[in-house]
Amino acid sequence: MKAILLDPTGELDPIQRAPLTKPASLTGLTVGLLDISKARGNVFLDRIEQLFNLRGVSTKRYKKPTFTRPAPISLVQEIASQCDVVVEGLAD
Amino acid sequence: MQFPEGLIAVVKRDCPTCLLVDPILKSIESRGLSVTVYVQDDPTFSSNSHVIDDRGLEYSFRLGIETVPTLIRITDGREAARAVGWQRAEWEALTGLAALAPELPAYRPGCGSVSVEPGIAERLAVRYGTRTMQARRIEVPPLEDEFEWCFERGWSDGLPLVPPTEERVYRMLTGTTRDPNEILGAMPPNLSPCSVEKVAINAVMAGCKPEYLPVVLAAVEAALDPVFCLHGLLATTWFSAPMIIVNGPVREAIGMNWQGNVLGQGNRANATIGRALQLVVRNVGGGKPLEADQSTFGTPAKYTFCFAEDENTPWTTLAEDHGISRERSSVTLFSADGPLGCLDQKSRAPAGLIYSLAGSLRGINHIDIANAADVVIVIGPEHGRVFDEAGWSKAEVVAALHEHLQIPAQDLGMGTDKALVSVADVPPTMPKFRHGGLSLVRAGGAAGLFSAIIPGWLMKGSLGTDPVTKEITP
Repeated sequence: MKAILLDPTGELDPIQRAPLTKPASLTGLTVGLLDISKARGNVFLDRIEQLFNLRGVSTKRYKKPTFTRPAPISLVQEIASQCDVVVEGLAD
Repeated sequence: MQFPEGLIAVVKRDCPTCLLVDPILKSIESRGLSVTVYVQDDPTFSSNSHVIDDRGLEYSFRLGIETVPTLIRITDGREAARAVGWQRAEWEALTGLAALAPELPAYRPGCGSVSVEPGIAERLAVRYGTRTMQARRIEVPPLEDEFEWCFERGWSDGLPLVPPTEERVYRMLTGTTRDPNEILGAMPPNLSPCSVEKVAINAVMAGCKPEYLPVVLAAVEAALDPVFCLHGLLATTWFSAPMIIVNGPVREAIGMNWQGNVLGQGNRANATIGRALQLVVRNVGGGKPLEADQSTFGTPAKYTFCFAEDENTPWTTLAEDHGISRERSSVTLFSADGPLGCLDQKSRAPAGLIYSLAGSLRGINHIDIANAADVVIVIGPEHGRVFDEAGWSKAEVVAALHEHLQIPAQDLGMGTDKALVSVADVPPTMPKFRHGGLSLVRAGGAAGLFSAIIPGWLMKGSLGTDPVTKEITP
């Protein structure tokens, strides 16, 4: 059963959470490339990394131990403290 | 909702009296009367021919059943008579039949209706009742944890919240007779309309019981009084938060604390009433830290700061000082940074204690500043006894403190506005606190020769905040 909660706010914001603002440019930012450990995710991310590097954008690679579970907190914290933007390779 | 003509009975299997009357209902039917039996738990229970499954409890709710069995006669679509429990004389009068079950005792009380069990009553009222909530309904997605969801929505002060379900808000609103749609005012900083219902939602999240709601409503009203200057108090770089002091019979009625650890944790009413006010400011007004709230340090008081006064002393109460008699309940709001301890374990006469308190007060804001922030002084029982035994009233203590808190002009550093006042115009002394700037209340644990000094916002009076007292109404 879905829980229904009553909005405690002045209701000035939309119900849906707004996505974070996208950066206008990647200059000077670090892009994290997260492999979720699905087959051939590395092939996709290798190519993405190449294209970023060609444009002078620095990248860092990360890998989840398994795609079946959420990323370990330590990995999430590592990415959050080292990167400005993340590209995640989802699905096969 | 239409009910069938004739007799209707509401019963449940889990009730010995209902088991007792089941054959009687059958015999009434066999004597030619129409009987419809509504069963709250197990529809196979009744042996009558017209049985209606009321496990959803809508019929019981709409009939206002509090006890089972209840026998009702419907005539021309309306209730004409009602009997609660088993009472032979009543049942005979209601049915018009003589000699109903003469072998049974004349009277057996019934059992509680399932429809009024705690938790169920609120659910039914929300589902079938006439009161509709005005607030936007937000669905928590399946598999999401509703406590985490409240955090993610940004509703929390950093501590867990009780998720504000319709049932909990409904129950909270039973704590007041006020119309949920009544608007208390425009809550800063966004100046959003603040209704009784919005306050109730935030009171649920803060952990309040319904009987605390009138206190929270009075606190919100006091905070919205322009004299309190809530917008400025929220936005200031200074520390202060609103502090609520409660007076009158409500203190005992809802179990507030004015004794040991009075300014600390552990009492639900003290803790959640103060928190509810802060959550209203945060959620209804949109007043959040690092946004409209620009405080440099903040204060733990911004989570919650609410306590009751000890009225069992010879002094006038805070409420009496503000024109409200002891028989009535009230809240008084101050701006407050947090308590500072004043230690004096030696004085057994008022003079020494005045010296100690005045000395501790001298440093408020800055040692050389005159016209400092207003201060609430919580006189502990052991310090209070020194004044009481010498027969000193509160007014006498306040006057003595002011007398000892005249700052020599040559000491005035940042306290004088030298750009505006020539040295010749500076009086030989200036008062540390403005007239009316010292408020004394009594509270605290029995042991400890201490008092608590609670300074407030630097901006006061017409330039900032003044204390506001509001009577608590049901």
